[in-house]
Amino acid sequence: MQVGSNCGPNHYPESVVSQTLTHLQRLEAESIYIIREVLAEAENPVMLYSIGKDSSVMLHLAMKAFYPSKPPFPLLHVDTTWKFREMIEFRDNLAKDLGIDLIVHINQDGVEQGVGPFTHGASLHTDIMKTQSLKQALDKYGFDAAFGGARRDEEKSRAKERVFSFRNAQHRWDPKNQRPELWHLYNGRVRSGESMRVFPLSNWTELDIWQYIYQENIPIVPLYLAKKRPVVEREGMLLMVDDERLPLAPGETPEMRTVRFRTLGCYPLTGAVESDASDLPGIIEEMLVSRTSERQGRAIDHDTAASMEKKKQEGYF
Amino acid sequence: MSVAIEQYLSEQAAKTTLRFLTCGSVDDGKSTLIGRLLYDSKLIFEDQLAALEADSRRQGTQGEDIDFALLVDGLAAEREQGITIDVAYRFFATDRRKFVVADTPGHEQYTRNMATGASNAELAVILIDARKGILTQTRRHSFIASLFGIRHLVLAVNKMDLVAYDEKVFDDIVAQYRQFAAQLGDPEIVPIPMSALKGDNVTDASSHMSWYKGPTLLEHLETVQVDSDLLTAPFRMPVQWVNRPNLDFRGFSGTVAAGRVSPGDAVTVLPSGQRSKVARVVTFEGDLKEALPGQAVTLLLEDEIDISRGDVLAAAQAPPQASDQLGVHLLWMDEQPMFPGRQYYLKTGTRTLPCVVTELKHLVNVNTLETQPAKSLSLNEVGVANVSLSDRVAFDPYQEGRELGSFILIDRQSNATVGAGLFDYSLRRADNIHWQALTVDKAHRASLKHQKPCVIWMTGLSGSGKSTIANLLESRLSDMSRHTYVLDGDNVRHGLNRDLGFTEADRVENIRRVGETAALMTDAGLITIVSFISPFRSERRMVRDRLENGEFIEVFVDTPLDVCEQRDPKGLYQRARAGEISNFTGIDSEYQPPEEPEIHIDTVALSPTQAVERILEFLRQNGKLREM
Repeated sequence: MQVGSNCGPNHYPESVVSQTLTHLQRLEAESIYIIREVLAEAENPVMLYSIGKDSSVMLHLAMKAFYPSKPPFPLLHVDTTWKFREMIEFRDNLAKDLGIDLIVHINQDGVEQGVGPFTHGASLHTDIMKTQSLKQALDKYGFDAAFGGARRDEEKSRAKERVFSFRNAQHRWDPKNQRPELWHLYNGRVRSGESMRVFPLSNWTELDIWQYIYQENIPIVPLYLAKKRPVVEREGMLLMVDDERLPLAPGETPEMRTVRFRTLGCYPLTGAVESDASDLPGIIEEMLVSRTSERQGRAIDHDTAASMEKKKQEGYF
Repeated sequence: MSVAIEQYLSEQAAKTTLRFLTCGSVDDGKSTLIGRLLYDSKLIFEDQLAALEADSRRQGTQGEDIDFALLVDGLAAEREQGITIDVAYRFFATDRRKFVVADTPGHEQYTRNMATGASNAELAVILIDARKGILTQTRRHSFIASLFGIRHLVLAVNKMDLVAYDEKVFDDIVAQYRQFAAQLGDPEIVPIPMSALKGDNVTDASSHMSWYKGPTLLEHLETVQVDSDLLTAPFRMPVQWVNRPNLDFRGFSGTVAAGRVSPGDAVTVLPSGQRSKVARVVTFEGDLKEALPGQAVTLLLEDEIDISRGDVLAAAQAPPQASDQLGVHLLWMDEQPMFPGRQYYLKTGTRTLPCVVTELKHLVNVNTLETQPAKSLSLNEVGVANVSLSDRVAFDPYQEGRELGSFILIDRQSNATVGAGLFDYSLRRADNIHWQALTVDKAHRASLKHQKPCVIWMTGLSGSGKSTIANLLESRLSDMSRHTYVLDGDNVRHGLNRDLGFTEADRVENIRRVGETAALMTDAGLITIVSFISPFRSERRMVRDRLENGEFIEVFVDTPLDVCEQRDPKGLYQRARAGEISNFTGIDSEYQPPEEPEIHIDTVALSPTQAVERILEFLRQNGKLREM
């Protein structure tokens, strides 16, 4: 599949087109407006690309926003070195196909210290290889605006974050001192050293994302689709044995189960769900009966209710 | 399977979206109501529900029952304090419609948050505690909702369970409310008696109030017609970005703010007034025959005309007005009050430009709707004011169109969003005043004197030595046959500014007048020496922006406070310390030193004569003193 191919299913019912925008059209237009606004106001913007489904949608929207021009900013992937192998392969192919600059940043300090989720624990690993690494990359290239694919329906503290989220020179988010956002008038002004995190998908829900991917034929990492994969079960989470770095407990043997992922991150921190949804309609159908939110598959969110808010204040995306 | 999904997707596509706002105070049960809507529409996932049940037992106020408010109050501070302090957006859908709820706090100190929620909402649910009836806050919420253009109100009379579901209580509240709402320009009002906690008339009809025949809240939200006039309004599109992939393509990217646009349509560019026709409506999916309100497109025009970001493309037969002097409503959103005369950036559509609030006519008491005179506008206050912009902008009156009728004000120092405004009308002064084209101009006047006019602006604490240096500088320039004039804090305050005191507002006005006087003198060709404490950066910046590039020379007369206090030539510090003078710079009023002055004079290291030499050297180097 190619981004931008017009071979997708029928776009919108005729009668609707002539009257008013559909729900997805409205979301799409709103996101494109935000993306263009950042380009116009920021000096050196970058798009954070996590390879996940939300990033894929965000990138697709950027392709639309500037057509027939290419998105006039690079993509940045913060690689923790523990991503699924299929993600990395997908990332490199996509950047090549679209002809967009891709910057891959790895926290070399962390690599030298041998930081990983098994040796250092999920929180420390995430902090060093993701949060600190992201700050390193933003500082290194002097980006003053970074797009992220976060949505307000993901988590409670995100529901209150602005579309244009101001960060001070230390990349900190201050939830009590956010700029009011009225109408569509976003204030992207920053002083030297300060920056903006911008969330064009703020108003999308997980279901919107999947419907849009289906409607637009947006390529996604195959890990989202059900397939027989080698997994081990730990503390209620199904972990995929993606490479030999996953230490097996005595007597623990990977078994082949039909699973898929609702969210993608570091493979040792991302739980799979048992599922038969091997294509997009299957996923959408599963979504409609699903009673578990997607972040349940993420180990780092399970601490306290305020954990995400705390992480965000420290500079996590 | 795929057929079923196709059908599902097209059903989804046919759904419209309603954006609504809930307003009410802490105890009115607002968060409970939203939690109930999310819960009843099955928008809460199992893991969230498990977390909610755990949280309810730990922090909740409902004993063993689920405390729905905990679901909605997101930030940790809010959960601890049990209040909603920010705007949260929630999404839910029913079989008939999709909803975006802006959940906003009700206290007066959060008026700005409510306004934020209202700015993009089509309907407001105003909660009333049935036991308390219409309160000050009810009037405030209704006023803000109406001011920000919401024409559909739901009067949710909540906690009916606590008044024994009494019809008379409900009827009295509704009658009283309708009487009040007449002042708001006749919005649509739908009153509903309910209990969010018990679930009466939220999603299911109440079995306790058979006397009520109207819709439940959800039924009303699903069916209310909020058809905006955007489809039939004249075309408007602020240009966001000029799209130039190659030399043959010059497109104007933007979102259609109102109306529709098709190839062949005649358009006017604002504010320049140039005209052309639309050649193509370009999108990623291919060219469109017509673009609708809200759609993001790229327009190509038939003629090559100069258009840049911030301009507005509009229907040629019904263009918006353009003005640089406007009457506005302004809601202040910053801890630092607004003073007339101070400069801000104004952003409207895709245009950002310098602006001054020239006059604050009055403020509107958000609780009583009464007007009262005011010299400044504080956090959460609403005022009626005049603004002056550095250039003409296209606008529609807010009540005719939100997109071109709205603006925000941005602080020039901190970049914070400090105000939200609604354009009401053009003062039309810009159209009436034409500058006399004088044949004797500034350059001519200055050439007679063999000098380039400029303003040497000395800022520093009281007693720092500004006047001493200014007087010495003037006599040196006079010796060189240069035509000068000194504006001194004391002499100006005895005449031109005798009506001003020392409050922050008066200080701003003081500097504005001195800046204007200095600008006139510059126009007359003089070298003007200004000796003013001028403690605030934004006012000094205002004067700098008032003048042409290079004309404003900021001299920071830098003397430490303790040295000034020791010198104390007029005994003022002693009196300030004794509490006899208030708002004294350096004692109980802030001095903001210049960040990048043209000349920095350290008076501890330099004598006044040396300081003057330093200034003269700068003037020579910058061509202000030509050889005669």
